Amino acid sequence: MNKLETALRDISEMDRLAVKSSPVHGLSPLAKLLVTVAYIAVTVSFSKYQLSRLFIMIIYPLLMFSASGIKISTCLYKLRIVLPLVAFVGLFNPIFDRSPMLRIGGVAVSSGVISMITLMLKGVFCLMASFLLIATTPMDSICAALRKLHVPSMLVTLLLLTYRYIGVLTQEAAVMSDAYALRAPGQKGIHFSAWGSFTGQLLLRSMDRAEELYTSMQIRGYRGEFPYAKSSPFCGRDALFAAVCIGIFVLLRFVDVASLVGGLFVR
Amino acid sequence: MIEFDHVSFEYEKGKPVLTDLCLCIGQGESVGLIGANGAGKSTILKLILGLIRPTSGTVKVFGLETVKENLAGIRKRAGFVLQDPDDQMFMPTVLDDMLFAPLNYGMSREEAEAKADAVLKELGLEYLKERYNHRISGGEKRMAAIATILTMEPEMILMDEPSSSLDPYNRRKVINTIKKLPQTRLITSHDLDMILDTCSRVVLISGGRIAADGPAETILTDKALLEANRMELPLCLAGR
Repeated sequence: MNKLETALRDISEMDRLAVKSSPVHGLSPLAKLLVTVAYIAVTVSFSKYQLSRLFIMIIYPLLMFSASGIKISTCLYKLRIVLPLVAFVGLFNPIFDRSPMLRIGGVAVSSGVISMITLMLKGVFCLMASFLLIATTPMDSICAALRKLHVPSMLVTLLLLTYRYIGVLTQEAAVMSDAYALRAPGQKGIHFSAWGSFTGQLLLRSMDRAEELYTSMQIRGYRGEFPYAKSSPFCGRDALFAAVCIGIFVLLRFVDVASLVGGLFVR
Repeated sequence: MIEFDHVSFEYEKGKPVLTDLCLCIGQGESVGLIGANGAGKSTILKLILGLIRPTSGTVKVFGLETVKENLAGIRKRAGFVLQDPDDQMFMPTVLDDMLFAPLNYGMSREEAEAKADAVLKELGLEYLKERYNHRISGGEKRMAAIATILTMEPEMILMDEPSSSLDPYNRRKVINTIKKLPQTRLITSHDLDMILDTCSRVVLISGGRIAADGPAETILTDKALLEANRMELPLCLAGR
């Protein structure tokens, strides 16, 4: 199967996950959005040497995966393309930051290694939290929640349309790629000399489609404001979920739970 | 209902797409607009909806000239089914798409949903209501695209190639749906069998001018006329 078609199936798979039934799926999109934003903000706020304190933040994604019935392996599989990039972010830290920070047995571990692992974990945790949000909430509900938070309509509309058309464009790219492969037997992928015309064609097709799409919006009374999905009510359960989660994140940020727990065992 | 008065149009200076076109379509008529590729059929639809302005002459729809201040009123009463349903169905689900126009025109969500339910029931498409647009088949998309327009309760429906890329079963389903529509209809298509089935009047466009205008049975059986304008007899009349 064409790689682009595999990507398309991945997107469809996300839609299927988002409409499953579980306690997490049943929560208000607004509550999940707020908690995800808070989680990401707290996670990235740890300094680059606070590895032990950061590590405890894994509790949230683990609990959410368990409650939503979504396997962590599914998440890791879907994120397989992005994860190496996340790993790449801190790759040079051990080279530039060589001062020893701690010793494990007889082996000295440099600050660079600690900061590299911290950066990687931050990336992985944030991706996991974002994945959880998308895998448990349909995109139109996320957009409705963003509008509730007064995110500009233009941005939310762009997000919604991008999500809707990513599949259509991927399909077009897949057809073009198949057409190329059929006329270039024995060639692996698309030769770099054709990249320009390939992406150019795709861009032109996207522009044509965008024009048609705007026509369709215009003739149906579009005046700059999108009617988003009916938003589910933000009830007491959602408020409690958001308050407890955000409270715990803040607590983990300002209290060194890892040291406290460690202190119970090591004197 | 639609009045073209000596309309000319050109996308590029010196290359006219329509030349001095005069055309009247009355209420309740079902008109098929046929012609070879590039004849100007889609341009006529765009002029009716005010998506483009004539280079000269006037276009009136519902007695209103297609100028900026009248466009909202015209578009509210005229529904347009685009050739590619993927261009038309830009919301996440079929229901969201059906609600798009009524909500934009100030209808409450409850009212709009009731209207959408009624349309879906009438077309036998209730099962599509909550489905994601990118996960339904081509035939379902086409039917859903028609449904999104019917929720607007238009007085007139314009359709651009409604039967293209459909298998025989879905094509027949679309034809039967079109035949039942009580609104004034203007349909452009190369599918002359469908035009014969759904339209009582045919306008043949060639080189930006009207080459023939008359009853569907007369024009679509005139082999010489059709062939002179790069067309063929409908398959059902061609014989073997």
